[in-house]
Amino acid sequence: MPTMPAGTLYRGKVGMWSWVLHRITGVAIFFFLLVHVLDTALVRLSPEAYNAVISTYKTPLIGLAELGLVAAILFHALNGLRIILIDFWRKGVKYQNLMFWIVIAIALIAFIGFAPRHLSHVFG
Amino acid sequence: MSVVIEQPRSPRNRNQANLEKYGWLYMRLSGALLVILIFGHLFTNLFAGEGIKAIDFAFVGGKWSDPFWKVWDLAMLWLALIHGTNGMRTIVNDYTSKENIRKALVWSLWGICAVLVTLGTLVVFTFDPCPAGALPELLPSFCPTA
Repeated sequence: MPTMPAGTLYRGKVGMWSWVLHRITGVAIFFFLLVHVLDTALVRLSPEAYNAVISTYKTPLIGLAELGLVAAILFHALNGLRIILIDFWRKGVKYQNLMFWIVIAIALIAFIGFAPRHLSHVFG
Repeated sequence: MSVVIEQPRSPRNRNQANLEKYGWLYMRLSGALLVILIFGHLFTNLFAGEGIKAIDFAFVGGKWSDPFWKVWDLAMLWLALIHGTNGMRTIVNDYTSKENIRKALVWSLWGICAVLVTLGTLVVFTFDPCPAGALPELLPSFCPTA
């Protein structure tokens, strides 16, 4: 009976899924960044144009999407630090699995701190 | 795929390896800086005070009357767009199978990056927080009232 491969740093388990999540969140943040540079550029046009577009960021639907954006940024930023540690810290590879769960824990705590406050601004 | 698998133990082409190495290094250096810059940006704009509710032309005008936030936002603009474009380039390299499509996509990515970096930089440097003829109630409080 063949046994299941144990998985490596990059195949299966935490190593692979953190890589997948890093890509997905990265692409999402990239497309937001394109829009965000354009909407901010409207300050050069007129106060009315900027305020009109930025008011859509305060609607319930986009307000909820911002929660997703912040969650994506939190994961991508903290997992990026984990990647730096894997590459440059002598014990990085040894602790990459533990570091993934530390990333998730810190991201979750920061998100729980942010979400109610943001929702109260959007819906309050 | 455009990837050429070299013969084992063939001498390394140093010129080609270096560009990708600097790209790899740039992702880590800019990434570390962007964690500080973007967390600071999210804190001041989305968490502190009234959060998203407070953001309007007067808010931006107030922030950009301080050179500190101009430098902060310019650094974010350049570092994040190049970081994001290089990340997208990596993904394009991984998932495209036709060389001309890969080239077209990578060129488009750097083209968009150049346009947005230029646009954003011009906006920050030519921004006027008190434009003439604008409604006074939309402007920062420090603007002279006509």
